[in-house]
Amino acid sequence: MTQDLIIADEFCASHQLEISFIHSLKDHGMIETVFVDQALCIYAEELPRLEQIVRLHRDLEINLEGIEVINDLLERIEELQNEIARLKNRLDFFEGIKEQ
Amino acid sequence: MDFIDYYKILGVDKNATQDDIKKAYRKLARKFHPDLNPNDKEAHKKFQQVNEANEVLSDPEKRKKYDQYGKDWQQAEQFEQARQSQQRRRGYTESFSGDFDQGDFSEFFNSMFGGMGGGHNRREAKFRGEDYHAELQLNLTDVYKTHPQVLTVNGKNIRITIPAGVEDGQKIKIKGHGSPGIHGGPNGDLYIGFHIVNNSKFRRDGNDLHANADIDLYTAVLGGEITVDTFDGKAKLTIKPETQNGTKIRLKGKGFPVYKKEGEYGDLIITLTVKIPTNLTEKQKELFEQISKFSSQ
Repeated sequence: MTQDLIIADEFCASHQLEISFIHSLKDHGMIETVFVDQALCIYAEELPRLEQIVRLHRDLEINLEGIEVINDLLERIEELQNEIARLKNRLDFFEGIKEQ
Repeated sequence: MDFIDYYKILGVDKNATQDDIKKAYRKLARKFHPDLNPNDKEAHKKFQQVNEANEVLSDPEKRKKYDQYGKDWQQAEQFEQARQSQQRRRGYTESFSGDFDQGDFSEFFNSMFGGMGGGHNRREAKFRGEDYHAELQLNLTDVYKTHPQVLTVNGKNIRITIPAGVEDGQKIKIKGHGSPGIHGGPNGDLYIGFHIVNNSKFRRDGNDLHANADIDLYTAVLGGEITVDTFDGKAKLTIKPETQNGTKIRLKGKGFPVYKKEGEYGDLIITLTVKIPTNLTEKQKELFEQISKFSSQ
């Protein structure tokens, strides 16, 4: 299977970031990187998350530890929202029984 | 077009220092930032207002113009000349990269400051476009079979295939059909949330369907055969002798299609309701009495 990769240097140039930012993210375990022909690359599928990290860091001056906590909480919120949707479906199902 | 009170938006008074404005702005930006409020249009709107208010109040030139002409903004055109030579201040306001561009600034702002705020002064970073979120309402009978559908999103027709067995509330992602990227960045994605309306007499629980069927007392006691409706036809059901009221019968593979597993179906569960005969004839009553006597012996 082939995977779309983005050269980290190009990403940094287009987002006006230092390459050290990518290294820090990697060190924090927040993104995966890979070397292809000696060029540091990031996975294209991680781009939305990576850009979110850049925005939070830049817009709100949140450090990487803070962003990790935020991401964790956002994931939990999403899980809870999915759980609520699932429970609502179940509730509709049981309310449907009562009406009969 | 209404006058916008930028001081009110940031919750500061007219004498607020630059430091007060910066603090108020940071606090509100943290609260309403789109990345922290996914899918919340209200927060997104507030964030834009806060950002616009900061764009004006954190820039001494703009603030001066706003304070002077505020409510009489229509006379502010004379400031346009000054605007041309104005050097944009570099700093915190420039750093915003959220998923919006200059078009998101209000008409009021654009009329007063000539649409100079927002995206095109922002650093030329390439950002991925905003994701679009759309909701599609379908009937349960529509999602029994895989079918193609053409959606119109922002004036573009998108052909999608809706797989059989989609659940209510389920989301699918269509890559690259979101907002165009900023400064050549990749496009965002389109997310479609399904709202499935049950227009059938069946109740759906995941892949299983539930329905009720009535049987008469005699069939319940002596056994027999009944015909029940399935989602796309009919099925014959064998009733065992001495079947109790409320018995559930599972018809394997007669339920709803399993999402993205062609040819696989859930089960149909039929709950039997035994109907007690009414308006009995004298003869029938007599026979029931005889049975009753036998039963109590």
